Amino acid sequence: MLDPYRNTPGTKVALTAELRLARGEFVLEVDLTCPPGITCVMGPSGSGKSTILAVLAGLAVPDHGRVVLGNEIWLDREKKIYVPTHLRRLAYVFQGLALFPHMSAIHNVEYGMPRSMLRSERHKQAKVLLDRLGVGHLAKRRPRTFSGGEAQRVALARAIARSPQLVLLDEPFSALDRDLRAQLTALVRELVAELGIPMIHVTHSVAEARLLADQVVRVERGKVVARGSAADVLANITSLEE
Amino acid sequence: MRRFNSWFIAAGLIPLSGLALYLLWRATRDTWAPLWLSFFIAAIATVLTLVAGTGLALLLRWRRLPARDFVDAVISAPLVLPPTVLGYYLLVVLGNNSALGRAWESMFGRTIVFNFEGAVIAAAVGSIPLVVRSVRIGLDSIDPTLINAARTLGAGHVRVLFTIVLPLAAPGIVAGAMMGFARALGDYGATQMVAGSRIDGTPTASIYVMDQLLANHDDRVFAMSVATTVLGVTMLYFANKMTRRLHIYRA
Repeated sequence: MLDPYRNTPGTKVALTAELRLARGEFVLEVDLTCPPGITCVMGPSGSGKSTILAVLAGLAVPDHGRVVLGNEIWLDREKKIYVPTHLRRLAYVFQGLALFPHMSAIHNVEYGMPRSMLRSERHKQAKVLLDRLGVGHLAKRRPRTFSGGEAQRVALARAIARSPQLVLLDEPFSALDRDLRAQLTALVRELVAELGIPMIHVTHSVAEARLLADQVVRVERGKVVARGSAADVLANITSLEE
Repeated sequence: MRRFNSWFIAAGLIPLSGLALYLLWRATRDTWAPLWLSFFIAAIATVLTLVAGTGLALLLRWRRLPARDFVDAVISAPLVLPPTVLGYYLLVVLGNNSALGRAWESMFGRTIVFNFEGAVIAAAVGSIPLVVRSVRIGLDSIDPTLINAARTLGAGHVRVLFTIVLPLAAPGIVAGAMMGFARALGDYGATQMVAGSRIDGTPTASIYVMDQLLANHDDRVFAMSVATTVLGVTMLYFANKMTRRLHIYRA
């Protein structure tokens, strides 16, 4: 129902990425394998988490590395392959959400839909998505009037509307209160299960990771220090902010 | 719905104000010829500088532009040059002995200099630094995350430019148009150098004021000064209102 027009049903793709990027104080050197499901990338501020997402999205180019999603090579420095951001089928929910302030909610959601679709069809799909995320009543309003939780939902709708092959979330829930966070995490879980695609979720919150993660990757000063199930990696940890 | 309505109003206002302007021109074109001349020169110069100025502002944002600071300084030069010096350079570049001047003459059968075209170009070159500056402020105020977000949503460079960058820079672009128009309306030195003191027998408003002052027609000086002030202030007033409306769209 979410994706009637682009994905081939039943395709399950995994993301593999390895990258090396000099970053001021340290070298970010990370390899990731993300099967369909939720991978939580955790670590203290400034450990390079957001840079990893930027590389996956093609917004930053590492000195060395490869990014492969399923059978599509998005980046291979050695073979000089670089697929520009706008041709990668991904969705990226930014920390500040980055809703377009000059467009209504529904136009924000329509923005990323394939332009081969009829305008009326795009509109209909966008409305369905907004309704599904409980913000259908905001369709014609501009983001500046939204509450934090409403803006999150619109941003999620916009991300999913693209029928992405990969979803990147950069701490989008960090500014929300506990109840809203719980609601939205449940929603994210449901959506990812439905789409069957890898999602990478950067977060500080151990509680959130416990709820969501199929896999947890801990990063510190640009290196992976632990990976595995949430139960293993986060066994004795209550907070990452030491 | 509100947005829809405002579009309808805007679409209706353009032909209506055009008609009003035309009728006003018909009624006053003889008595206020210098003011109309200045107005048309400034209006056309503003359109030209908006297109060129927005292009240049975008070019200057491109980090890999060779000698960016130098290009920036050259674009800003009309601000610091005496208008007569600017006029002299324009004469050299556009005059009847220059390649550009000759090409224009062979194509259109008239010279650029000592014509309406020359006055428009003189006014435009004088306003371009103001427009570029203002548009750049507009561009700089855009959160780069919005541009990245648009790219992750599948928008290529052209689509990002027209759907994100230009709409969000609109307040800066309108402010630039307003400053450019004001500067073009008042140009004196460069216009006189490039177009002379009469264009098809009519002086521009600022040249007219000087002429009448020298001829001791104080009443005419007063009338033209007031009229120019009213025109300038009215334009700025509406431009300010428009900029404020555009700001509403932003977060």
